[in-house]
Amino acid sequence: MAYEITLLTIIGINLILALSLNLITGFCGQISLGHAAFYGTGAYCAAILTKAGLPFPPALLAGGVVAGLLGLIVGLTSLRVREDFLAITTMGVGFLFLGFVRKQSWLGGELGVSGIPAPGLSDLGYMVLAIGIAAAVALFSLYVRRSWMGFAFDAVADDEDTARVIGIGVAGYKLTAFALGTALAGIAGGLYAHYARIIVPDTFGFTLSVTILAMVVVGGIGSTWGVIVATVLLSLMPELFRFVNDYKLLLFGGLLLLTMRFSPGGLAGLTRETWHRLRRNQGRNREQVDDGTAARS
Amino acid sequence: MLYLNLFLQGLAQGSIYALIAVGLTLVYGLLRILHVAHAGLFALGAYISVTVTNATGSFPLAVLAAVAITGLAGMAIYRLLYEPILDRPPFVALIASIGLFIAMEEAFRLAFGPYGLSYAVPPNMETITFGGLFLSRAQILLMVVAALLLGGLGLLTERTRTGVAWRATVTDPPMAQSFGIDIVRVRYLSFFIGSALAAVAGVMISLINNLVEPTMGSVPSYKALAIIVLGGLGSVKGTLVAALALGVIEAFGTIYLGNLLDRDAIAFAFLILVLMLRPHGLFGAR
Repeated sequence: MAYEITLLTIIGINLILALSLNLITGFCGQISLGHAAFYGTGAYCAAILTKAGLPFPPALLAGGVVAGLLGLIVGLTSLRVREDFLAITTMGVGFLFLGFVRKQSWLGGELGVSGIPAPGLSDLGYMVLAIGIAAAVALFSLYVRRSWMGFAFDAVADDEDTARVIGIGVAGYKLTAFALGTALAGIAGGLYAHYARIIVPDTFGFTLSVTILAMVVVGGIGSTWGVIVATVLLSLMPELFRFVNDYKLLLFGGLLLLTMRFSPGGLAGLTRETWHRLRRNQGRNREQVDDGTAARS
Repeated sequence: MLYLNLFLQGLAQGSIYALIAVGLTLVYGLLRILHVAHAGLFALGAYISVTVTNATGSFPLAVLAAVAITGLAGMAIYRLLYEPILDRPPFVALIASIGLFIAMEEAFRLAFGPYGLSYAVPPNMETITFGGLFLSRAQILLMVVAALLLGGLGLLTERTRTGVAWRATVTDPPMAQSFGIDIVRVRYLSFFIGSALAAVAGVMISLINNLVEPTMGSVPSYKALAIIVLGGLGSVKGTLVAALALGVIEAFGTIYLGNLLDRDAIAFAFLILVLMLRPHGLFGAR
């Protein structure tokens, strides 16, 4: 049972992370290759605050706020550079975060922060907390998608210049997406820190940024349900592929490659296509039936 | 003298960056794809060089094999991976490329072991001292080779018909095509040349370190992306300047900023700074 609880806690944290990136990249179309930096910011911030004696809930929130503020600053770069340039800039932010944290003795340097206090919940309670926050983020995503803000995000993602012409405040919406998404990532970081109780800089590296992006992209960029399914699958993958432990990363890379090559819309795109094809086939069958009756009569 | 030494070390590192990044720029200029897996080809070149040298005892043969096989592998990546997804949004190819790169690193680890390979007979790498300056033989060789190859590439693009066709295709593919240029052939050629140059960089690194590792491509891959962005995506001249500049800045930065940021962070801090001031890079025109 303890094993399942651990697994579900991790899935909850990953869901928050993937959905938070989906807000930025999926909804608002701003690619980010440095999402792990905000996860890390939240983790470090919350860990240091609880170690200083602050209770867990305010520390968790503070981690989110600090990550969100940092995200707001990084979001400012998205007003200056676009697409490929933005992808590289955000990747740079990730490396900058890592390089900075590694060299700071007050953040523990390479060794990170250890001895993070327990959050004061049972393992089961912590799992419920993680899954609960993940569910709230999922509901929030679904709500945003249908709100005015969601439509504005969509317009910015589709064609920034046209969105600006029809009077959408592009800069404001981009910054909102970045601030919201990174704040949620910060909360995920705080949850991780108090679950693992020890954090090291290497956890928050480029590989993690790519993994989060992979969850979003394999699920189908912008699709909340697709991202949820993909996140659960990819989080379970190390367990599913345990029998080929040595080939885990090879399979991960291959999966990413094949998804993009054969189904760039991810799982959501694949489902939609299959659905349409089924519908079309059904339609054709009905036509054939119609033809048959027509011929007989 | 310290400054001059740091400068030379920076130039040597910059030459490696330049050899790798030029291939990336060729690809980006033609296809607007951020070809992360390029660094996997760099590692492939290094691995071929070491294994063939150790198997046959002939280093020149190994270099030839590394250049030819890596070049062909680059063409295969274009044909099998990028060509079918060219009309998709740019992040699709980027993520596919990252996936391929991860898979390649893992394949090297599984095929050649996690600890890396060395030459059975270590190459001559003694350090030459010259009036207070010191550089290893391999570093000197590297700088000469880089200058010759990149100079040759410059001549090729400026002076020959192939070069004119290449530049025309970069500027305006449909127009180039209507003038009878086979743009698909230009792409294959670019992938071959770019990948071959990455293989040369790999061979040079294998000589300098006398070690090839599965993860040897990861740092250059992201660094090279930073370089082509700095140089203004798709500009060969900009890429060369950015590569050498970054090598030198890192060399000085690790001495003077070493206790604040690590080497990679210094490179990316410089990148972000430049992009905020000039959003299309040092030599970008758009």
